[in-house]
Amino acid sequence: MPTTDYDPGSLPDLLPLYYKRLFPFSQYFRWLNYGGVTKNYFQNREFSFTLKDDIYVRYQSFSNQSEMEKEIQKMNPYKIDIGAVYSHRPNQHNTIKSGVFQALEKELVFDIDMTDYDDVRRCCRHPPPPPNKMAVSLSFPVRLALPSEDFGFRHLMWVFSGRRGVHCWVCDEAARKLSAAGRSAVAEYLSLIRGGEDTVKKVQLSDPVHPFIKESLKVIEQRFEKYALVEQDILGSKESTDKVLALVPDDILYSSSFYGDKEIMLQYCYPRLDVNVSKGVNHLLKSPFSVHPKTGRISVPIDLKAIDKFDPFDVPTISLICEELDRPKTAEEKGEATAIQTENNGEQHYKRTSLAKYVKLFDQFVEEMEQCRKGELLRKSDLQKDF
Amino acid sequence: MQFSRKIRLRPAEIEQEGLYGHCLQFYGQPPIQNISLAQFEQLAVDRLKLLKTVESLGVTFVKMSEQYQNKLRAEMAGLNFPVRADAPLQGSTEYEKRQKDHISHFILRLAYCQTEELRRWFIQQEMDLFRYRFTQLLSKQKSEFLHRNSLQYHTIEDADKKALMDKLVHSSYGSSGCSVEQQDFYKVPFQDALDLVRSRKVFLKAGYAYIPHQDIVTIVLNDFRTRLSKALALTARSLPAVQSDERLQPLLTHLSHAYVGQDYSIQKSVGKVSLEQIDSLSVRSFPPCMRHLHEALRENHHLRHGGRMQYGLFLKGVGLTLDQALQFWRSEFIRGKVDHDKFDKAYSYSIRHMFGKEGKRTDYTPYSCVKVILSNAPSQGDHHGCPFRHSDPELLKQRLQAYKVSPSGITQVLELVMGMHFQLACQKYFELTHNVEDAGFSLNHPNQYFVESQRLLTGGRELKREAEAPQRGQGPPAVKAASALPEHPSTSTEVAEDLDSFFQED
Repeated sequence: MPTTDYDPGSLPDLLPLYYKRLFPFSQYFRWLNYGGVTKNYFQNREFSFTLKDDIYVRYQSFSNQSEMEKEIQKMNPYKIDIGAVYSHRPNQHNTIKSGVFQALEKELVFDIDMTDYDDVRRCCRHPPPPPNKMAVSLSFPVRLALPSEDFGFRHLMWVFSGRRGVHCWVCDEAARKLSAAGRSAVAEYLSLIRGGEDTVKKVQLSDPVHPFIKESLKVIEQRFEKYALVEQDILGSKESTDKVLALVPDDILYSSSFYGDKEIMLQYCYPRLDVNVSKGVNHLLKSPFSVHPKTGRISVPIDLKAIDKFDPFDVPTISLICEELDRPKTAEEKGEATAIQTENNGEQHYKRTSLAKYVKLFDQFVEEMEQCRKGELLRKSDLQKDF
Repeated sequence: MQFSRKIRLRPAEIEQEGLYGHCLQFYGQPPIQNISLAQFEQLAVDRLKLLKTVESLGVTFVKMSEQYQNKLRAEMAGLNFPVRADAPLQGSTEYEKRQKDHISHFILRLAYCQTEELRRWFIQQEMDLFRYRFTQLLSKQKSEFLHRNSLQYHTIEDADKKALMDKLVHSSYGSSGCSVEQQDFYKVPFQDALDLVRSRKVFLKAGYAYIPHQDIVTIVLNDFRTRLSKALALTARSLPAVQSDERLQPLLTHLSHAYVGQDYSIQKSVGKVSLEQIDSLSVRSFPPCMRHLHEALRENHHLRHGGRMQYGLFLKGVGLTLDQALQFWRSEFIRGKVDHDKFDKAYSYSIRHMFGKEGKRTDYTPYSCVKVILSNAPSQGDHHGCPFRHSDPELLKQRLQAYKVSPSGITQVLELVMGMHFQLACQKYFELTHNVEDAGFSLNHPNQYFVESQRLLTGGRELKREAEAPQRGQGPPAVKAASALPEHPSTSTEVAEDLDSFFQED
């Protein structure tokens, strides 16, 4: 498990290298440009940067890929957030009459935070959880019928957030156009776990049990025994046994003890969403391929099909990939480089590092969306008989 | 002035016939006839009374329960609004009633379009009213309504219905197998059925919601809300022209100010509270929600955003100055994991924001009980919210015990909580901890709790019954006792009320 020790103090040295040679600007632009179908979609997108010394700047926007590259390479942000597509260029928002400058569209996003499972994953507090434990729990959010089947969303990108969670970016046009009320409704639909510090029993089921919940239970049941009882050893300590018992419904107080075991399973295994992240059209969320300043890990896309093998400790850190860049090229790599003869050296450098497979995933995602878009346009023009 | 006086409006123009053909409408077209000022005023006042009733019934009873419906029907009849869905249009007073409904709605739009809060309140009550009226319609009248208003919701084929039968039964509340078979199901884009989606009361597939005919009201309501919201925004733009009319301006102002009651944004006691007093004040005079937040802050040296907002604004209402607030939060956060610099960067901005010194420079008002109860439910790691609403009964009981409430007192409080009377439960807590029989006020705001508590403890007032005054604050008024009926316009005491006293300001 290769991890060059990462030291946050080295960020000022590593970031310039990262942004000059490794950050996948080309695919990033293709993603956010969405085929250039809507005028100024990319130009009106807000980005925010967290710079050295915790300086935070909002309302960054760029005219094109080249300008974005130059700006980012100049500012070397510690963290990049992506915001909404506005009615005007965000970097000119001060010149616009208040009330007129508005957030129009944004991907629908979900934030699934691992530490919210504290009462469940008693072994996983600070420092970050040991491997395998997190891997198995992360498989739940991406396995469940989350946004796709029920809402008809097709373009979902799952991104590791860098330390303790997963973000889901829903990029379908319908999702991007969703109102704040719509986002909040979708998030509530998907939330089965309610309650703060003072709520012990966070899941309540009653007849009729909605098909969505049934589907979720099916998936969880398949894995519950393996995950919760064996790996997490939920019944292994008195403290956690008590917590489990507290969830077991009292026959006197609760008449729906029929669903008790299902409620326990959901409380322990169903993903916990932070609905506030999903609600706002203008909410800023950490960008894919942004660095996590504390852990040094890159927020990489996760391969849904290989989710069982996903190990957060395998995610490359910025120090690792920068180090890999410096390694002397192997003969094979040298051959490849000359064969390709690319003018823009930056395009290919990531291929020599552990970042390669993640950029490839990202590329596939963007490619798939482009294919769908082409298909849509063809269909529409056929209908209009444009030749 | 007698409110029971009938209004005889001139017979409507021919075009209006179509408009009043159905007892319910979307209020798409504004009225075009002339009416006198007196009529203008009375129509507005009548509808306002109706909406206030809708609001107060909505807190007292479960919405759409039998009692709720009966009382609302009585109120509508008493104020001469259309009640019977099948009343014939010709040769009866039905026409006048529908016209009254139409005109009064548009007049109130003028009064309630100006601010976000007013708009929200107006839309909420109009929606509840509409929901009640729509559900009174017979099935064929509902279909007629959909048809008249060109709502394109398509029914699904029988074959599809069969295939999805099991799922449809399990997602629609109160649907059995045979009722699914018998009624039509509409396939509606999920964006048009957000309320059903939010509460997971509908089957979703590939972005479509499958709605049984009996539930179509929710979809229609969504549409209603969207239209009304847009209309209010448009109305606001043409308001300057209306307000320049000297005859209308005072009335419209009065109408909307009936709702801008005490919001505790202007603190009379600014600077009179010192930071050293806060710990003891939290025990003696803070409502449980704020006391808990204070305790959590002291214990963890941190509060999350929801807690900081709720508690921070409350403290502002109590009288803390911006400097005091900064000092208070900083000294506490520094004991935790936050150092001076981080505090200045990350948190002081948002505190100044709360006091209206940053960004939009809005002076945020402390949250009312309704806001605390209904919005932003706490999740893992949060301490905000209303303990009576958001805590497990068991944990609430423990906390009350820790706060030294007697066992019998705790039972009384829990009973109110079971009945969902959260504000009353808090009021009962006030009575128990202050050792009084009757709180003497109707609790609807945490700062109100504080003010009343201080008043009591510093010997400022004698206990008296709540004076009959128009409802305060932006939220619904709490009912005084669990078993008493709310005082609302349909009781005889208020019918003879003077217009002036109706509009008296606090």
